[in-house]
Amino acid sequence: MITFKRIVKSGWLGFKRNSGLSLATIFILVMTISLITSLFLLQKTSNFLITSLTEKVDMAIYFSVEPSTEEIISIQEELFSLSEVKNLEYVSKEEALEKFTERHRSEEIIMESLAEVGGNPLLSSINIKAFEASQYAAISSFLDNASFRDLITKVDYYQKRPAIEKIFSWTSSINVTGIILSIVLAVVAVLMAFNTVRIAIYNSRDEIETMRLVGAANWFIRGPFMVQGVIAGALAVLITFLVFSVGILFLSPKIEIIIPGLGLSAYFFSNFFVILLIQLAAGVGLGILSSWIAVRKYLKI
Amino acid sequence: MISFQKISKIYHSGLKPITALDNVSFEVNSHEFVSIVGRSGAGKTTLLKLLLAEERPSGGSIFFEGQDVHKIKPEGLPNFRRQIGVIFQDYKLLPSKTTYENVAYVMEVMGVADEEISSDVPKVLDIVGLSDRAQNFPEELSGGERQRAALARALIHRPQIILADEPTGNLDPYHTREIIRLLTKINEMGTTIILATHNQQIINALERRVITLDEGKIIRDEERSRFTL
Repeated sequence: MITFKRIVKSGWLGFKRNSGLSLATIFILVMTISLITSLFLLQKTSNFLITSLTEKVDMAIYFSVEPSTEEIISIQEELFSLSEVKNLEYVSKEEALEKFTERHRSEEIIMESLAEVGGNPLLSSINIKAFEASQYAAISSFLDNASFRDLITKVDYYQKRPAIEKIFSWTSSINVTGIILSIVLAVVAVLMAFNTVRIAIYNSRDEIETMRLVGAANWFIRGPFMVQGVIAGALAVLITFLVFSVGILFLSPKIEIIIPGLGLSAYFFSNFFVILLIQLAAGVGLGILSSWIAVRKYLKI
Repeated sequence: MISFQKISKIYHSGLKPITALDNVSFEVNSHEFVSIVGRSGAGKTTLLKLLLAEERPSGGSIFFEGQDVHKIKPEGLPNFRRQIGVIFQDYKLLPSKTTYENVAYVMEVMGVADEEISSDVPKVLDIVGLSDRAQNFPEELSGGERQRAALARALIHRPQIILADEPTGNLDPYHTREIIRLLTKINEMGTTIILATHNQQIINALERRVITLDEGKIIRDEERSRFTL
């Protein structure tokens, strides 16, 4: 207990007295933690973008003759038996017309030509939503052999196909580059922090040797350095957290204009503790671990 | 108490290996005051480094109270070193600690109670005349003051043996006499002292055992010797 007190005290004094070096360490740790927090928020943003893109995609099958209610039910049942299908929506001729007039109310030419045609030129349809953009191809090939194939006049998948495939390749490449970039940046950040601590301790190498020579046990030498790592890490976390809180509070409305519905600030503050934990793990963990490794080298005497 | 048996030390750096010690054997008994003299480069400091297990010998072994010093495991070294007080030639004070903290550090390392530390450290600082420098950092001290701080650190935990490597190198004649008087007094109280020096006056005044090294070899080992090179 008494040695623990001494280690903490000695660590604190060392931190205070080498204030220049301590500040440099904190600065680097702030950068590292910021980077890791940014990656965390970026992950959320890219996930949001991917889901909202995927949700915009659907396909529809059009029927030449309006099917009877029983037919509709059996078609829907058959489609639902596919594991790829997430959602189905039947749109009757009347509903299609309603939606069409709703959408083009203000466009006179279209409304006039609709009146010219007379009656209801639109077809009844079923809108299909899959879980993922990649699954529409499978659904489409199922439709080619479906029992209700004769009822279908048109599947709009073939027109939408290029768009769907583009979205599919985008989302997967966003995911892959996101992961690779995150790993690379995280490694760079960790190495940077580790190197800073290593240089700080390199300055104390003679001191460590002297401590060994006057009979200090290894953990009595290591302890204060690790305490310094913890202090630097904790302060860095505090600074980063404040910077991010303020930054997100101010920037979030602006980001909301570019990507509506993202809710970054709500996400940040509802995950307050998770983020704090990630930052603490990064800051304090890095502080302790890199001191531990860096001191080890000089304990050989 | 201490036995050097056929100790050799060869440094391999550069093109030509340098022989610092060549087949050196001698014994130091408890309560003895032994001076090791010789020109600089004669191997005095190397001898002390080997005894402290700071370096390993190229050949031979050193026994401290029957234990081979270089067979002590790394975990056991701290305990072994706590029995030895060392005044290093380059002082080796901890730069980020004050004089007081430097002296107290040895006791903290040993787990001595706070009360004992706060009563002993001022006493020892008073003995070496550094009471008014207690809160200064090593870089704020003069060479002589650093040397006396190093001495205080070597004494504070009442070690069985004190190794003093040129402890008067930076002192004026007045302080030199004081330090030697102090070492003699500590020796009379039962502490073994090994003093490495090239100060002729000290040796002549001491009238104790002198081992003379030259180019890594013992050329003389005499009781109550006078300094001759």
